Amino acid sequence: MTLDEVKPGHGGIITKIGGEGALRRRLLDMGLTPNTRVEVRKVAPMGDPIELFLRGYALTIRQEDAAKIEIKEVRFQ
Amino acid sequence: MNYLLGLAGNQNCGKTTLFNCLTGSNQHVGNFPGVTVEKKEGRIQKYKTATLVDLPGIYSLSPYTAEEVVTRDFLLKEHPDAIINIVDATNIERNLYLSLQLMELGIPMVIALNMMDEVRASGNVIEVKKLSEKLGIPVVPISASRNEGISELMDTVMRTVTFKKRPERMDFCTGPVHTAIHSIAHIVEVPAKEAGYPVRFAATKLVEGDQPMTAALGLTEGQMHIIAHIVAEMEHELGTDREAALADMRYTYIEQVCAECVIKHQETREQVRSEKIDRILTHKFLGIPIFLGMMLIIFWLTFSVIGGPLQDLLEWGIQEITNGFSHWMVEMHVSDWLRSLLIDGVCAGVGSVLSFLPLIVLLFFFLSLLEDSGYMARVAFVMDKLLRKIGLSGRSFVPMLIGFGCSVPAIMATRTLSSERDRKMTILLTPFMSCSAKLPIYGMITAAFFPDHGALVMIGLYVLGMVVAVLSGLLLKNTVFKGNPVPFVMELPAYRLPAPRSVLLHMWEKAKDFIRKAFTIIFLAAIVVWFLQSFDWSLTMVTDSKNSILASIGLAIAPIFAPLGFNDWRASAALITGLTAKESVVSTLTILNGAVSDAQLSASLQSMFTPLSALSFLVFTILYMPCIAAFAASKRELGSVKSALLTALYQTGAAYVTALIIYQIGSLLLHFI
Repeated sequence: MTLDEVKPGHGGIITKIGGEGALRRRLLDMGLTPNTRVEVRKVAPMGDPIELFLRGYALTIRQEDAAKIEIKEVRFQ
Repeated sequence: MNYLLGLAGNQNCGKTTLFNCLTGSNQHVGNFPGVTVEKKEGRIQKYKTATLVDLPGIYSLSPYTAEEVVTRDFLLKEHPDAIINIVDATNIERNLYLSLQLMELGIPMVIALNMMDEVRASGNVIEVKKLSEKLGIPVVPISASRNEGISELMDTVMRTVTFKKRPERMDFCTGPVHTAIHSIAHIVEVPAKEAGYPVRFAATKLVEGDQPMTAALGLTEGQMHIIAHIVAEMEHELGTDREAALADMRYTYIEQVCAECVIKHQETREQVRSEKIDRILTHKFLGIPIFLGMMLIIFWLTFSVIGGPLQDLLEWGIQEITNGFSHWMVEMHVSDWLRSLLIDGVCAGVGSVLSFLPLIVLLFFFLSLLEDSGYMARVAFVMDKLLRKIGLSGRSFVPMLIGFGCSVPAIMATRTLSSERDRKMTILLTPFMSCSAKLPIYGMITAAFFPDHGALVMIGLYVLGMVVAVLSGLLLKNTVFKGNPVPFVMELPAYRLPAPRSVLLHMWEKAKDFIRKAFTIIFLAAIVVWFLQSFDWSLTMVTDSKNSILASIGLAIAPIFAPLGFNDWRASAALITGLTAKESVVSTLTILNGAVSDAQLSASLQSMFTPLSALSFLVFTILYMPCIAAFAASKRELGSVKSALLTALYQTGAAYVTALIIYQIGSLLLHFI
């Protein structure tokens, strides 16, 4: 599944980062690399963007970009 | 010996605070050449021979944003003697990602491990010595906000610089990536040295497929071919592409280092607290109302409670000084023209703009609280969806909102936007938000023509300004600012109490900026307008401004406005004086009509305009290029007179077209009624 389909409070392990160019590079630079645990914390009031939690910090990305990140869902505590 | 040092680090890691600690108030602010990226320089307090350059906050040395390119160019071309890399210890994994790239440059480097107080307070441990050994560079634990460890940091930096201690290792890779980097390093060794680039850095960038590096090295086709082959082999072996391979390699190494040096039992108190605060501030239903409420309070405090009275006081003071000065000159028998120049020109012009100073300083006080506390990132998070359609991100929302108060601080506030493209676009669109100096103009026109519908006209015009901004945004997005915007992938930093010193320095900097403007460009503009208003073409002083140069210029350009319905020299003269400050439109129309009361002014306006042409005039006045103070601000933020002129030209053009449409369609409708 892709990251935009994940409900707040849920998360998983990244399997693939799609997209291209500046966006893809930026996602990788911010630590969204394969095998990284990521959790969706929140959705913004207008339904977009979303707040993620990974590598000990909070990151916000847009839904359309989250759709390019594939994850394997894992249940956290 | 003079040393040049660069301060590099991520955003939100306390870089500005550290810069202030290291340099004190001894700073010089400018722009990097050719871009709107801020460049701050200062001398290190303890070692005056060292100049420190504050590089923009970045997460990587990729070639995609102006900030990253500026940093790269500085590090590669200015050849700094050392890099101070500030790292947020509470967010060490992601921060070290940039460090690994910086180390590849082979420049002497020291890591300033910031926010160690927070790490300790939460019971977590970072073994600094081990970390330093693993990375092969000095690591100094500090807390910039508490001014801890700063002296040690300075000493370590100076030691590293004096002994030219380069990073001991830069090989963090294993397996196929390692092979690829080393094979390519052999190939590009000569061209990289000739171009003056560190070989290792060049090789890594080529593995990543970095365009600027490929272009800069001037490789032969044969070399390019071999490199492509090496990369293809690496990609094949790893089953992933080049960019992901390198990002993964760096993060894997960082994870190993952290596993050995960082003992993290729990999140820091600040992180836990932030999550709790965000439950309210970015709440599904409360988030937006809280933000709007906060802005409302800021405006209320700035414009009525504190700033308004201060502004009145300053105005009164300036008036008193002006009067005293004027009397003194009369007694000293100073010639009339000189007295007029100093009083009507300089004092009136500069004075009226200077009285905005309290508002600007106050706005920046609140803005730096919002920014430094971490709330600004939440505003972007909450408002992003609204601005995305016009090609901007949520970050532009605050400057635009400030624009309703005054365009000058609004334009100055764009400096915190993280992308150059967004900054330029926001600077262009912000003046369409009707500023408070335009209120007297609304008052004058509505009193004369729409006394019963004042509020409606006002709201209508505010909305019109926003509509023009949205349409302009759509237009620009698809023309001038075409291409991919910088992706909206933004950190939400933990909330922190702003450091008073940073807030004060920030206010002082903005105040200085504004005062400098008031005494240079605004000073000149005031004299020019005074001259045009007080002299005729034979350069004798006029008693009636109907005979002035301004009046004849007004007469000459008036026909341009005929299609808008106001072919009137007084109207066009008022538009010219309105450039010094928008409220001057009112005073000029009053003077040129020889009106002594509001009723008289209304009567003469009614003879100048029809209700429709008055509306068209009002629309043009609201939208055309902002006052000279705002123009000066946009010149400074855009970094070039040309861009500022183009911006002003666009705004004036948009005003013309909008007023034209309103007048022509209005005439047509009136014709049929």
